[in-house]
Amino acid sequence: MKPRDDSERIVITGVGLAAPNGNNLEEYRRALLNGVSGVVPYEIRYFGKTVAGVCNCEITKYRPRREIRRGTRAGSLSVYCVGEAIADSGLDWDSVPKDNVGVYIGVTEHGNVETENEIYEIKQYDYDCSYWSHHHNPRTVANNPAGEVTLSFGITGPHYTLGAACAAGNAGIIQGVQQLRLGEVDLAFAGGVSESIHTFGIFAAFNAQNALARNEDPTKASRPFDVDRNGVVISEGGCVYTLERLSDAKKRGAKIYGEILGYGMNSDATDFVLPNAERQAQCIRKALRNAGLGPEEIDIVNTHATATHAGDAIEIQALREVFADSKKTYVNNTKSFIGHAMGAAGVLELAGNLPAFDDGVVHPTINVDSLDPECEIRNLVINKPVEVGAIRTILNNSFGMVGINAVTIVGKYEGD
Amino acid sequence: MAVTVDDIKKTIIEVLTEIDDTIDPDSLKDDVPFREQLELDSMDMLDVVLGLRRRYKLPIPESDYVHLQTMDSTVKYLLPLLNK
Repeated sequence: MKPRDDSERIVITGVGLAAPNGNNLEEYRRALLNGVSGVVPYEIRYFGKTVAGVCNCEITKYRPRREIRRGTRAGSLSVYCVGEAIADSGLDWDSVPKDNVGVYIGVTEHGNVETENEIYEIKQYDYDCSYWSHHHNPRTVANNPAGEVTLSFGITGPHYTLGAACAAGNAGIIQGVQQLRLGEVDLAFAGGVSESIHTFGIFAAFNAQNALARNEDPTKASRPFDVDRNGVVISEGGCVYTLERLSDAKKRGAKIYGEILGYGMNSDATDFVLPNAERQAQCIRKALRNAGLGPEEIDIVNTHATATHAGDAIEIQALREVFADSKKTYVNNTKSFIGHAMGAAGVLELAGNLPAFDDGVVHPTINVDSLDPECEIRNLVINKPVEVGAIRTILNNSFGMVGINAVTIVGKYEGD
Repeated sequence: MAVTVDDIKKTIIEVLTEIDDTIDPDSLKDDVPFREQLELDSMDMLDVVLGLRRRYKLPIPESDYVHLQTMDSTVKYLLPLLNK
């Protein structure tokens, strides 16, 4: 592991999340260990009936309805997650200097929901633009979800979103780590969010690509690595971590979920949609170098696999190459439970694995009735959790369209 | 059929409760500005304008916003326009 001073070591001291199968880490982890899917029947304007991962967290917990109505679903999910992350971190929020707090939220896309809604509204007025809502701009500016967080919690430090397709959640974490190391902030709320199930366009587009999941049983629709997988289940969700320097966390005696040991980001530069195994492998190696770890030192690889035919096999190809000699590395997938939460995917999937540092269990990837030979890899945890004992490192993959890759490595914090 | 004062009041309450569903229509005072009694800001006031415009398909120029301050003044402004 790369030696770093405590002021350079960044740790997770709080987790706030909204997943389709859990509204906090405990519920969510329980669902992942008990095989509980969060995918349900879903219907959306114009597109019609489909399936999706839908959240039912209490969005009024941290702000009133009037603000929820004024803002966006992505904003509401972000506010909920940050509220939970603050509460979970045990911070004395009133005494935290708000100008030293940063908010970094990854998004796959933003603004589609509101634009579709407004066009639908003015259609009833023969597309007369004078009926367009004054809320459109503040709702669709790219910083909206992070900005809504600052409004709700009085945070006056920097805030912005990171547009990084489905690698956005990990990009949010990486940004938080970097800003803490640069000394730009003393506390970071970093993660990702997705409101994508509220735009018909994303369903229609995946469908047009022949990459939208369908199954009579919604809970079986998201099936990475299965030979009968037929595409992505679109989900909403959010996950935000409280990140601090280890020196600060120790000072206040904070509970530490884990340490961000390393990260890597790169670009495929090859295709708008198709991923690239070679670049993914390079990105994973970059993260390993950044952490000062070898592949054999990774205990869990949490895959990005979204259940598309090409994508899953390409990722496994990359993993087979990097982890060829890693006999004790376990591989799993969280999308099989929650679908693809887009901007929240990487961070939600990482969160679902963090409790493994304490319980020593690797949650499985579910819905693998018949493993695709192209997706076979050593220690793939299928359908049932595996108790492996001590787990010290998790590597989390996130890859996105137009060729963006982000990998994070989190380690168990075992004290000095 | 003529639009009545009660019809307009009902619509205004509908618009206001869309902004904030905790508003109690019975406690609304007809002669006190909405902004004061409901703590509405400028974006909320634009919601009042848009809500009325969308429901009545009626142009409300900015120079007339001054008439949409209280229940009484709004009803007084809309009544003749809606019964033209």
